[in-house]
Amino acid sequence: MLNYTLRRLGIAIPTLFVIVTAAFFLMRAAPGGPFDAEADLEPEVLENIRAAYDLDKPLLTQYWLFLSRAVRGNFGPSLVYKDFTVTELIAIGLPVSITLGLLAKLVALLLGGLGGIIAALRQNSLLDHTLMGLAMTGIALPAFVSAPILALFFGLYLKLLPVAGWNDGALPNLVLPVVALALPQIAVIARLMRGGMLEVLRSNFVRTARSRGLKESTVVFRHVLPSALVPLVGYLGPALAGIMTGSLIVELIFNLPGVGRYFVQGALNRDYPLVMGVVIIYATFIILFNLLSDLAYAALDPRVRKSYR
Amino acid sequence: MSARPDLLGSEALAQAARGDVSRSLWRQAGRRFRRNRAAMGSIVILALIALTSIFVPMFWPHGIEDASWESIMTPPGLADWHWFGTDANGRDLLVRTFYGGRISLTIGLLTTVVALVIGVTYGAVAGFVGGRTDGFMMRFVDVLYSLPLIFFIIILVTVFGRNIFLVFVAIGAVEWLTMSRIVRGQTLTVKAKEYVESAVAIGLSQGAILRRYIIPNVLGPVIVYVTLLIPTNIIVESYLSFLGLGVQEPLTSWGLLISQGAGQLDSAPWLIFFPATFLAVTMFCFNFIGDGLRDALDPRDR
Repeated sequence: MLNYTLRRLGIAIPTLFVIVTAAFFLMRAAPGGPFDAEADLEPEVLENIRAAYDLDKPLLTQYWLFLSRAVRGNFGPSLVYKDFTVTELIAIGLPVSITLGLLAKLVALLLGGLGGIIAALRQNSLLDHTLMGLAMTGIALPAFVSAPILALFFGLYLKLLPVAGWNDGALPNLVLPVVALALPQIAVIARLMRGGMLEVLRSNFVRTARSRGLKESTVVFRHVLPSALVPLVGYLGPALAGIMTGSLIVELIFNLPGVGRYFVQGALNRDYPLVMGVVIIYATFIILFNLLSDLAYAALDPRVRKSYR
Repeated sequence: MSARPDLLGSEALAQAARGDVSRSLWRQAGRRFRRNRAAMGSIVILALIALTSIFVPMFWPHGIEDASWESIMTPPGLADWHWFGTDANGRDLLVRTFYGGRISLTIGLLTTVVALVIGVTYGAVAGFVGGRTDGFMMRFVDVLYSLPLIFFIIILVTVFGRNIFLVFVAIGAVEWLTMSRIVRGQTLTVKAKEYVESAVAIGLSQGAILRRYIIPNVLGPVIVYVTLLIPTNIIVESYLSFLGLGVQEPLTSWGLLISQGAGQLDSAPWLIFFPATFLAVTMFCFNFIGDGLRDALDPRDR
């Protein structure tokens, strides 16, 4: 296990390097520059500004400068949000995105997990069909449809909750974005949970447990649930890493100062350092969570553990 | 561009029946699938959406760019053929919704074809060749998996301009990874079967074995995944269009219409209602078909 973990971490660093390199050169291949909007600048002034950000140096030199600074955790100043370094912007945005993502994931796990378990235990009943029908709706309605509708209904008509804004993460401001973000995930988790449960419920060891006369609740919670959770773990790893991309659209709709919004703005404005900073943070997240989910997989499933030697 | 997913299913089934797959397996699966009312209904509805998307814009009295200053923000109604109402420029929403359907469905299908071709070839080769090549190829997939894909699509689209062709290349090029993993896993299973061994014994070339035995036999899970990938890709396109990075005016897609509708939700709710409904119904249908195919093709459930 330890060996496997170390080997995976060994792959992680070159992976990160490839991602960062690809993103760097892709961004620079883009036509246009960060200071295009300020067209009325004297050419000398523009030259000075570019020199201040090292943009006048050859591309490879810039790449080297960027790498050597990034290794030390310095992503440089943002080119568009003047007076802010990229690290500061990410420090503002990251807690917002993570709060949103984690809360949504928690809500989704609770509701989706419960829904899936109930549906599986009452397979083919009216309850099962209703729950799965609802889940299908969650999958069919993307966040960019449900979010504006939620905002309109609860924000403008009922005036129960704020329509948009962060307000330092006050609870009423969190409700709508979290719900919009959680809806599709609830659906996916419920379906996964139901599928996993049904498969395990049919297996021999469950029949054995029942034939031993165990209480139904013991059978479900002690025998079925742990095995039924395995497919969910495979989903959760990448999904946890997706916390930041997931909330991108919700951040834009509800006007929240998260990382996703900075990224889109950054890419559109050619704010090279900002884009690179977000890509690095995000890629690190994915790699880490994928590893964690694989390890959790191994912890839950002895067959997988064997193949990791 | 025809967008009739039932063709995809039946063609794959027919192809498999012509190959070396046991006829009865596919026939049984077909029978099971036809008994699934939700899935069959979904095929009919999808075919309707596809056909109306193709033909209605040809006959409708309004064009997609026809702005009319007399009928700005008309609510839905029978008057003047504005059945779904009009937008802020007085353009007819019905024709724009169907036209958007053309683009959304086309992108969904084309991106899936790109992902299908790359993913199946890559996965089949990796699984079939095996050994060090397999290890190397799958590590490469692992690396790509850690790419923030949506971020990369966004970078690609901002870098190379917002052109519809690029949108589908970008989506297809990043969506083949799961496909290649599925195909590789299946290939490894099939490779161990006796009929492959006998094919090796009679001296068939590797390419022939791949074409004749491996690919037809891994088709089941691939078909299921395809029916789920098409709606995913439609959503990704809508997502990009919603951000203003996908389809550009005067062209339109469901995602773009929804994004424009979201801005006028309060004053003109029909602008989001119709495209969102079409998108949601399409998602429903593809998911029901995917579920139906999975149930039909999964031998464990017999």
